[in-house]
This record gives sequence, C-alpha cells and structure tokens, in this order.
Amino acid sequence: MMTTFEVLADPTRRRILDLLRERPRLVGELADLLKSSQPGVSKQLRVLREAGLVNVQQDAQRHWYELRPEPLAEIDTWLASYRHLWEDRMDRLDEVLRNLQAKEQDNDSTT
Amino acid sequence: MNKAQMIAEPGKQEIRVTRVFDAPRELLFKALTDPALVPQWWGQRNSNLTVDKMEVRKGGIWRYVERDVEGNEYAFSGVYHAIVPGEQVISTFEFEPLPGHHVILETMKLSDEDGKTRLSVTSVFQSVEDRDGMLQSGMEGGMNESYDRLDELIAQLQKA
Repeated sequence: MMTTFEVLADPTRRRILDLLRERPRLVGELADLLKSSQPGVSKQLRVLREAGLVNVQQDAQRHWYELRPEPLAEIDTWLASYRHLWEDRMDRLDEVLRNLQAKEQDNDSTT
Repeated sequence: MNKAQMIAEPGKQEIRVTRVFDAPRELLFKALTDPALVPQWWGQRNSNLTVDKMEVRKGGIWRYVERDVEGNEYAFSGVYHAIVPGEQVISTFEFEPLPGHHVILETMKLSDEDGKTRLSVTSVFQSVEDRDGMLQSGMEGGMNESYDRLDELIAQLQKA
C-alpha cells in the first residue's frame, strides 16, 4: 500500500483532492471536470480511499466522494518537523552572522 | 524574525529551503565555508559538532561529526564539486551511517535581495524514496527538539 505522500505524487489525484476540498462530488462530475473517463476516475478514487484520503457516502443510488483531512494534516506534521530542523539551523546561522557583524562594528569603532 | 521556507513536492526528488539573512553576501559565504564558524550553527541545537575535514575547493572533502546528548556519534560527509566565492557551493552530501550509498547533490546559492542576502539550498536525491526518507527522518530529531524546547518553556513558566 502506498504512503500518503506517494499517493499525492500523481497530479490527477491531487486535482481530484482539490475538487473535493471545495465540496463532495459524484464520480460523473469529477470525470467531466477532469475531462477523463469514469472508470479512470474510479480507479484513482479507489487509490485515494485506500490511503484514507477520501470517504464515500451513499445517498440512494448516488455515491458522494468527500475529502478526509486527517492524512493531509499528518503530512503537514511530517514536513513541519523536517522544516523545523532547517529553521533551527537557519536561526543559528542568523545568530552567527549577527555576532560577526556586531564584532566588526566594535572593531570599526575602536580604530 | 525571518523564517526558512521549505518546498517538498510529492513525487519529486528534491527539497528546497530558502531564507533571507540581514547580512552581506561575503559574510554569509564565510559562515557557510569557514570551519571555525560552521560548528556554531550546523547540526542540532543539543548536539556537539566537530569539523573533521573541510577542504573548500573543487574536489575537496568535507566531513562533520555530530555527537548527541547520549554520546552517540554520527558523521556526514561529501565532496565539493564547485565553489564560486560569495555565490555558490555545489557539493555532495552523505549520511555515513546509512547502509548502501545514498548521495545527495546539494546546491547552495547566495543572492542579493533588498540589501540583504537570500540563501537557497536545493537538495536533489537519487530517488523519490530517498527524498521522502529524509523528510521522515526530520520527524525524530525535530520532535525531540520541540519537546526539549517545550520542557525549557515549562521550566521557565514554573519559575515565574
């Protein structure tokens, strides 16, 4: 089974998620908007369902697909941690630069 | 405070990090390439960094050894491919403890921006899996840092 990130690697699947972010939709509607075939879209929706990114709600004969925000929030946490590592590194680099410039200014003022 | 921006698109093999510093380009370049300065900012806050090698020239080797609070040591190393003083450093990057060879190509660029200097670091991995693995590794380190900071903050609040 693919990781959430791997599932997001496909641009069509990302486009589907963007459309579902606006509101729940039917397969036919998605196929029209994506200018794609229903079986094609159904296949992508299955992948998205297996990854926990979308839910299906049945209303009489119709299947409404809706977005599940939890996996996306998880990815955000995932990326946030790595970003935090870099932010920390950059913050410390910033401190080093400030100290160096402060020293230079001190040297200038004493000469 | 300027914040670092990170871009990692799903399905791609690269990570880009960029940040603007209120310092001249030459000084930033110095901080990136001077073995006396690098240990002051590279590596994690609670770790100790030693520069084992740093031959800043084409074909030169760099190697840093990081030691964490528990005394565990792990090394990072690579080769400089191109150096343009004040502008660019292109080097390889490898985390030695990883089995096999997972080499990253790192390009650091410095550019002027409104009287300040922008640092852009682009890391290109050998596969999407490698790239995602790196992102995931940030989890542990990052989480620990966060918890440490949280502990500090709680301790401070309790004193007040």
